[in-house]
Amino acid sequence: MRRPPILLISGLVLMWLLLNNTLSPGQVLLGIVVSAGMVLYFRPVRPLQPRVHRPLAAVKLIGRVIVDVIRSNIAVARIVLGLVRERQVRSGFLHIPLDLRDPHGLAALACIITSTPGTVWVDLTRDGSTLTLHVLDLHDERAWIRTIKERYERPLMEIFE
Amino acid sequence: MTIADLPWWITLPAGLLLIVGALLTLVGSIGMLRLSHFYARMHPPSMGNTLGTGCVLLASMLISSGLASRPVIHEILITVFIVTTSPMTAMLLMRAAVHRSGARAQRQLVMRQD
Amino acid sequence: MTDFLDFAVNFAQLCFALAMTCAAIRLLRGPAAQDRVLALDTFYINGMLTLLMLGIRSSTTVYFDMALLIALFGFVGSIALAKFLLRGEVIEP
Repeated sequence: MRRPPILLISGLVLMWLLLNNTLSPGQVLLGIVVSAGMVLYFRPVRPLQPRVHRPLAAVKLIGRVIVDVIRSNIAVARIVLGLVRERQVRSGFLHIPLDLRDPHGLAALACIITSTPGTVWVDLTRDGSTLTLHVLDLHDERAWIRTIKERYERPLMEIFE
Repeated sequence: MTIADLPWWITLPAGLLLIVGALLTLVGSIGMLRLSHFYARMHPPSMGNTLGTGCVLLASMLISSGLASRPVIHEILITVFIVTTSPMTAMLLMRAAVHRSGARAQRQLVMRQD
Repeated sequence: MTDFLDFAVNFAQLCFALAMTCAAIRLLRGPAAQDRVLALDTFYINGMLTLLMLGIRSSTTVYFDMALLIALFGFVGSIALAKFLLRGEVIEP
């Protein structure tokens, strides 16, 4: 018997309470019953379970991602409004060798990369070794690869593997 | 409490957040209209999806908390949905574009050989 | 101080209306099908934000539920269209 997924159940209860916009004991109980029942019933459909090893690193990563989203928003806004005059903006595809193999880590990496404006996840090779991105402002490929690998991939490997 | 009775320490940050979020979303949509090819057009709308929506929802949270005189944070659900779902659309659309342009390039190549 | 909030809400609504116009132009003009899907995606996000502005203006929470539904169903629609472009069918056997 595997450990019941506490994190998923508490997340669903939180969502139930937010949807109902209340904290009354009846709704809390109903939420716990409904989400625990659904999670246990649908367990065979979802065989993979994420294991979060270091929650503190996850919080740090979320803060870092918010800062990066704000910074890249400003960068993309400058490009759109034509404020980058000193050089030609060149966009293109970028191939990155990847060491992360955990499916949940990869999903989190995809969310991070695509939510920061300026980079979009395109494809991952079938064996998971090379990631293809499309970058709006590709003036220094090495800097982009270093940023992705050190700022996002290493913390995600610490968290999920 | 109506919206006219809100204290200034709620209306000032909420108004600033609304203006910043609206400007970011507008710049994102203008970028989608202005940039020259599809792969570049893919990027600006995600500004509106992330920071634009985030700012507006934060402002909405501030105002409805002020109106109800207790923390009302159910707007955070929309943020969570947008942040987790918009990457999926972007990824699938990007793969579709690569797939389609690849197919078109192959077809042109075949036509040239004929 | 509420004058400032009124101004901010009006300004934001104007911005979202302009953004929706941009998305509509791209939707009608867009050379490839994927441009149109992207424009529709941007369009529903802007529509959702406009609804939230209406909610702030009338200080009710009814608009919140509508915005949530638009966010969910717009996502499903965009995914279905993108999947159709990728594979030629939405639900594969």
